[in-house]
Amino acid sequence: MIEHSEALEHTAALEHTAPHVHRDDEGSKMGMWLFLFTELLLFGGMFLLYGAYRFEYAEGFKVAAADMNTFIGAINTILLLTSSLSVALSIAAIQQNQKKLCLSLLWFTLLCGLAFLVNKYFEWSHEIHNGIYPGGPALENMSNGEILYFGLYYVMTGLHGLHVVVGMIFIGFVMVFISRDKITSTNFQKLENAGLYWHLVDVIWIFLFPLFYLLH
Amino acid sequence: MADTIAAHEVSYLEYEGKHKGILGWVLSTDHKRIGLLYLSAIMVFFFVAMTLGILMRLEMLTPGETIMKPQTYNSIFTLHGVIMVFLFIIPAIPAVFGNFIMPIQIGAKDVAFPRLNLFSWYLYMTGATLAIISLFTGGGAADTGWTFYVPYSVRSAQNVSFTTLAAFVLGFSTIVTGLNFIVTIHRLRAPGMTWFRMPLFAWGLYATSWIQVLATPVIGITLFLIILERLLGVGVFDPALGGDPILYQHMFWIYSHPAVYIMILPAMGVVSEILPTFARKDIFGYKQIAISSLGIALIGYLVWGHHMFVSGMSDTARIVFSLLTFLVAIPTGVKIFNWVATLYKGSIKFSAPFYYVLAFIFIFSIGGLTGLVLGALATDIHVTDTYFVVAHFHYVMFGGMGIMFFATMHFWFPKMFGKMYNEKIAVIACTIIIVGFNVLYFPMFIMGYMGMPRRYYDYLPHLQGWHILSTVGSWILVGGIVFMFGNLLYALLKGPKAAQNPWGGTTLEWRVSSPPTVENFDEIPVVTGGPYVHDKPTYIMHPSKELVHQDGDKSKKEKVTH
Repeated sequence: MIEHSEALEHTAALEHTAPHVHRDDEGSKMGMWLFLFTELLLFGGMFLLYGAYRFEYAEGFKVAAADMNTFIGAINTILLLTSSLSVALSIAAIQQNQKKLCLSLLWFTLLCGLAFLVNKYFEWSHEIHNGIYPGGPALENMSNGEILYFGLYYVMTGLHGLHVVVGMIFIGFVMVFISRDKITSTNFQKLENAGLYWHLVDVIWIFLFPLFYLLH
Repeated sequence: MADTIAAHEVSYLEYEGKHKGILGWVLSTDHKRIGLLYLSAIMVFFFVAMTLGILMRLEMLTPGETIMKPQTYNSIFTLHGVIMVFLFIIPAIPAVFGNFIMPIQIGAKDVAFPRLNLFSWYLYMTGATLAIISLFTGGGAADTGWTFYVPYSVRSAQNVSFTTLAAFVLGFSTIVTGLNFIVTIHRLRAPGMTWFRMPLFAWGLYATSWIQVLATPVIGITLFLIILERLLGVGVFDPALGGDPILYQHMFWIYSHPAVYIMILPAMGVVSEILPTFARKDIFGYKQIAISSLGIALIGYLVWGHHMFVSGMSDTARIVFSLLTFLVAIPTGVKIFNWVATLYKGSIKFSAPFYYVLAFIFIFSIGGLTGLVLGALATDIHVTDTYFVVAHFHYVMFGGMGIMFFATMHFWFPKMFGKMYNEKIAVIACTIIIVGFNVLYFPMFIMGYMGMPRRYYDYLPHLQGWHILSTVGSWILVGGIVFMFGNLLYALLKGPKAAQNPWGGTTLEWRVSSPPTVENFDEIPVVTGGPYVHDKPTYIMHPSKELVHQDGDKSKKEKVTH
């Protein structure tokens, strides 16, 4: 009987919604998590390659990693970690109906993301300037281990950078929704999903940073 | 409001929403219309790839050049593989029938993310378009085989980048569909539909969707790396720069072996729908079949190495992969035995879909058992890269998924279009297909055993007899397929109206009208029992009326007894 009355409530709830427009925050969050799994596996393939080649060319990887600027890497890590905090805070802010605070926290997040990309740009152009890029004059004379290290470095940080950009666009859309009151203190799943995505971008960097900068 | 009322009563085929005509289809988020969008696109590609297949067989009729040059032959077998695998086998049953039937089966009005669902169709079309563009640009279509093995795929002058990009985009399309189905099955089951009251087709799709979500990204990144390798020369798969081509094979098969189960699990789900329907009996071993789907999905992840027994692995790895391969046969065997046991003491009605399923069980068993020949190390080394593998692959893929796709079409055709086809012709076509199929592919086992290598353009004269037989088989098979589709097409245009439940099915889709209304149900039903119970109803279709009524009855009874 309990099952039945629950069932009735459920159908009643469904009937109040217009056709094809149903809201299911739990389902939306589940979908986002599944999407994040796919992203992790996408990078998982890259980490697999990194692991295999690091094992094969330990020496070359060591030499190449010494070329990285740990200081800029650390700054970038701090930037992303801080931006993850601000996204998390923005969700708390919208829950308490503080729209302005929420928006400024998201602006801050975007700013951190942008700063990260600017740093990355300088790092890449420094390497490229030195002739270290696939087919570049300096890289061609290096050992296989170093070639693979830089190949993976460009692909993995490049793909990660692309995710930073996508995350920023995602957050940008969410900000428009917030300012139009489509995301409110009772309906903030989109913001939470954007936050989840941003955390993913952060988590991947947390692994990229030690693998490319700190392991010597 | 007028729309809402109309949506309850009008069939999804006639409904006119915001958009009219063709726009009402390509902009529709109705899971049934999206299913048909997929169906029409998939049919086109099936016929294209089938034509390529006939051309290949025709070329093999005589040694040396028959109708094409070697380079063309290489491109054609690659395209045949890519189109069949990525555009037909992987999406056919989940994207068409999963979309159309599964939400109705679990008592939902649509999938969890209808707009994402439409988006996945557009991704599919984008991928398909890229594959077609690759034909006419650059050096022409890829000539690497559908496996895109490095280092050749990096060095080939053909347009490999476009073809891999197409596969990459198509991968996204399946990920989106899989994600959508998982959330749909978790969140939108009708009240009372517990996990173990779910129809087995939904179980099959659930297992499939998990593989799609968890395996496809790996092929995505792998193919993406091939493109980067070709454009920039990053070096990760290039031996000249220290890269390891074997590592590519690992990454390719980490996806592509589970993908084999993406192809077959939905088909197995349909078998479990059709058998209890025509045996008029509850399925034997419901839970075992449901869980064996997950078992196959799980073990299927760990067997990829059996594609690489001769490419260079340690002996330990080879023995472990071989053992694991044998383990997959167990959940598959569980299914086969349960299906056969379902027929035992059933009151069987021999209808067209049932014949196709019997054909499936017969052919798939041959495919499965020859799979074990390939899974065993010693015999595999003898037949690696021969026609034996080609034959095995077509017995499990075409004989498994392909034949089941035909069965599925015949099973749900009356539901989808509200029309009935000529069953006698369907059975005759089925017979022709089975004969043609075996004449086409069985000689390949023998040729393979005799040493005919796969993907070769030329062969030694003593093999010609078998090649001729096989080519004749391809004509019979294609004749049967054309006959079968002709029958269905005729039914679509001029067939008599189908009843709501022509087969006596017990799952929810048979409780709604044929074709279903836009909203599927005017009220979400309540489920009170298992999916294949024949002797009593297990669904309450209008809970708001019927349940109140029942409760009233109960209180009356209670009063009487007091």
